[in-house]
Amino acid sequence: MSVAVEKSRKPGEAEALEPAAPAGGARKVSRPMVIGAVLVAWLVLFALLRGKQTLPLAAADLTDLHRWINDFNDSIGAHRNSNPLFLYFFNEIRLVIDNLVTFVQHLISQPSGTRPVPQVGWLGVVGIAGYVSWAVGNWRVALLAVAGFTFFGLQGLWQESMDTLALTLSAVFVALLFAIPLGVWAGLSDRFNRIMTPFLDFMQTMPTFVYLAPLTLFFLIGGASATIATVIYAAPPTIRITAHAIRNVSRTTVEAAESLGATRRQSLFKVLLPMSRRTVVMGVNQTIMAALAMVTVAALINAPGLGVNVLQALQSLDVGTAFNAGLAIVVMAIVLDRVTTAAGAREENARRSMNRFVKWRRPLLGAGAVVTAVLIHLSHTYVWAADFPGNGTIGHHIASAADTATDWAQDNLSGVTNAFRDAVTNGLLNPFQTLLTDSPWWLVGAVLVALGVVFGGWRAGVTTAVCVGLLVGTGVWSDGMTTLASTLVATVLVMVLGVVFGVWMGRSTLVDRLIRPTLDAAQVMPPFVYLVPFLALFGATRFTAIVAAVVYGAPVAMKIIADGIRAVPETTVEAAASAGCNTWQIITKVQLPMSRGALTLATNQGLIYVLSMVVVGGLVGAGALGYDVVAGFSQGELYGKGLAAGCAIVLLGVMFDRITQAAARRVGA
Amino acid sequence: MTPAQTEAPQRRGTPQDSAPTPVISVRKLWKVFGPKADQVPGSEELCGLTRRELMERTGCTAAVRDVSFDVSPGEVFVVMGLSGSGKSTLVRCLTRLIEPTAGGIVFEGEDIRDADDRRLRELRRRKFSMVFQHFGLLPHRRVVDNVSFGLEIRGMSKAERTRRALEVVELVGLSGYENSYPDQLSGGMQQRVGLARALAGDPDVLLFDEPFSALDPLIRRDMQNEVVRLHHEVGKTMVFITHDLSEALKLGDRILIMRDGRTVQCGTGDELVGAPADDYVREFVKDVPRGDVLTLRWIMRAREDADELDGPELGPDVVVKEATRAVLTADKPVKVVENGKLLGIVGDEEILAVVAGREGGA
Repeated sequence: MSVAVEKSRKPGEAEALEPAAPAGGARKVSRPMVIGAVLVAWLVLFALLRGKQTLPLAAADLTDLHRWINDFNDSIGAHRNSNPLFLYFFNEIRLVIDNLVTFVQHLISQPSGTRPVPQVGWLGVVGIAGYVSWAVGNWRVALLAVAGFTFFGLQGLWQESMDTLALTLSAVFVALLFAIPLGVWAGLSDRFNRIMTPFLDFMQTMPTFVYLAPLTLFFLIGGASATIATVIYAAPPTIRITAHAIRNVSRTTVEAAESLGATRRQSLFKVLLPMSRRTVVMGVNQTIMAALAMVTVAALINAPGLGVNVLQALQSLDVGTAFNAGLAIVVMAIVLDRVTTAAGAREENARRSMNRFVKWRRPLLGAGAVVTAVLIHLSHTYVWAADFPGNGTIGHHIASAADTATDWAQDNLSGVTNAFRDAVTNGLLNPFQTLLTDSPWWLVGAVLVALGVVFGGWRAGVTTAVCVGLLVGTGVWSDGMTTLASTLVATVLVMVLGVVFGVWMGRSTLVDRLIRPTLDAAQVMPPFVYLVPFLALFGATRFTAIVAAVVYGAPVAMKIIADGIRAVPETTVEAAASAGCNTWQIITKVQLPMSRGALTLATNQGLIYVLSMVVVGGLVGAGALGYDVVAGFSQGELYGKGLAAGCAIVLLGVMFDRITQAAARRVGA
Repeated sequence: MTPAQTEAPQRRGTPQDSAPTPVISVRKLWKVFGPKADQVPGSEELCGLTRRELMERTGCTAAVRDVSFDVSPGEVFVVMGLSGSGKSTLVRCLTRLIEPTAGGIVFEGEDIRDADDRRLRELRRRKFSMVFQHFGLLPHRRVVDNVSFGLEIRGMSKAERTRRALEVVELVGLSGYENSYPDQLSGGMQQRVGLARALAGDPDVLLFDEPFSALDPLIRRDMQNEVVRLHHEVGKTMVFITHDLSEALKLGDRILIMRDGRTVQCGTGDELVGAPADDYVREFVKDVPRGDVLTLRWIMRAREDADELDGPELGPDVVVKEATRAVLTADKPVKVVENGKLLGIVGDEEILAVVAGREGGA
């Protein structure tokens, strides 16, 4: 039978395809020794060559490349309105996006025309938020939305919140306009999917930050650039998930439709799309969350909204104000997340419950629409319904409470926090950073390439070599090494946390059920807001950025490792237990080795998350590449250096990603 | 017609006797998967290879190899084989859900392989319907909307298709579940929905691709009876794929056994049991209770001079199980008579050889 034929074929095929398999097996034995040898050689050479050829570059110094980019930027600025490429392409895009954003802003956040207030005031917006949440979700999330939106007003951040919302919604609208058709296409066509995948991988690997610099080159700073950056950052999840959903529609069902004589169009609209709708809504959820994260970060290029409040407060180390604005971002993230999640589940729940109110739904929706229309009208007509009453006293209370808490923490906990900070900084971070920054560049490069080869194989090694070469070319090698040191230290901490909690969650359903909602919530927060509490605890240092990065990266690592541990077959664990293993032996000899794939994947994701946060940490004294990028936005003469630093971040990201992905593939095989 | 013959249940007419124009006529059908698949059927050398050799030589898998058969109107034609024998590919080739590599499929005088997309859709909408192993229902639609899906595809108005769907829902015994969603139904009931969907369009031919393999044994038996009942009521031509021999014998007027994509044998159930074409088929039918399948035609012996010819008469197509009591209680051997002509004799020994032992027979 063909089954037997296939089985007998497989070993031969495997050998034919992977002649390296036995070699890999032989290398596995000696891999730790190779790594050890590389590190020892590095330390010896470091002792001999310390401080030579380290390619340092002071904060205000520039290389020729940076000056050239500056000139290039200036020449673009000079010809922005004469070059046809700009005249008919970039400027047009900018204009369309700008009009869209301005339109939404006039609707809900900014004074419109002769009116001192937007077209729809707070009452109308709260009404719309509640009504839409109820219509697409359920009454619980509607209450949440109403409460959340009212809270923005009470915080005294109504206009800023609405700016953020306007930018987010505009960006999500544009992103979905492209993402869903592209996703459907990628779902239907294997070829298109193959073309898209590397692009999506690349777009998702990049920290939010680095999108901004090149875009300002073409679209200037401001809302339009922010929206375009957000569209690019937020579209990939929907493309990916839509394609995945289309691909996962049961083959039989599609075949059944074909056998009934459905055309391609009918199959698409009556079978594929309805059956993948729920999953697509999940993709939309991720797109909205990504958009919110990006819009807040886009404050760096003058995008209006809550991000500006956080940014300014961070730069002046005003923890109270930063906390108040950060809280508004968190609340908005929670509301948007809950509403879209409820939207995904709504239809299914309605079907299951066989609710007898179903026949009332339509009239109730109509009535709700009328009420909302009245609220909109009121908020359009009367000042009390347009301008949020009061002057945000609750916001002041929150800010001063946060300040008090910060003061208290600094007075009472500084002993502990400073000791912890100094221990990690002096014990781990400083020596490692010195090793990286004070070694000759070619030595670090050689070590990176060697480790790339050992962990990821020859192709990863080649990628690493290219990345190292380009990194040297950017002229910010020294800053890059500082960022690298922080990233690696933070990733080690992430993995320690990830293994401890991941194993615990993987082994205990109860723990999993308790911790997972917190992790899910943590993952939807924009990276920005993580900085605030740690700024209060640790002050403006590299360490603050590292701790924020650990907290930002740990949830994803924990979840992946927990899933990996859980995926170890029950029978294997039982067999080990029946052979007399104790718990520790089961974990170290069965569960962890069998979830090597998950561990590698967790390292990959942890590195990417940490990198993006360490870079954002440039705002609170982490210096290095993140600072270069931020400085590039604000100071014209540093523009080129900022862009080069952005490229360096990309190169680091690609390097990490390629090595860990290759390692994951190798482990998985 | 003797009384004994009318008492014995009438087997459904074996169509090859009357040989009406076939509904579906499949000629030298090939389906080869892999690079340069279309070269395989034309090459005599490649045709001779076994599946494995072909895979090694060309990288191609031949799922269906040189299969020919006719299906008569109103017949239940069963294609049987183990998994990987190519039977599911074969049934998909009939409506070109899988494009055949070579050969002809003539349906009511028209070669389906020549049909363009529009014509093919038309055939699928009006003439053929298929029931799938894993149902292939739309989870986001209620039962009635699933059943009327094919009519909706055709462009029938909502009121009309709902009316028709409700009729069919009743026909398959699902009344009361019209407004349920598929995931609220058991597997057997879901397959009834699949059956109703296939019947709703009033097609000429129903294709079943292992429809009951995913069901529990008891429910499977119910559903088989349901198909027998529906066949009596609506009299559609059916092509039925299965890997279960007892299901094949129960439902099939004729059975085609496939192995590695080739036809091994094609005939009625008693032909397979009575005269297996090779060891493969023999091994298959070994455990079948022969008395339930064989007819007197298969066990009768030639008349000998010593035989007394005044015993009772029976027809040659009476199943052994049905004739057992009549033969054993008669004190003289039973004459097997067709159209007044004496074909042979059946005595106690012949009957007992079948009923008591596994060996013997043809």
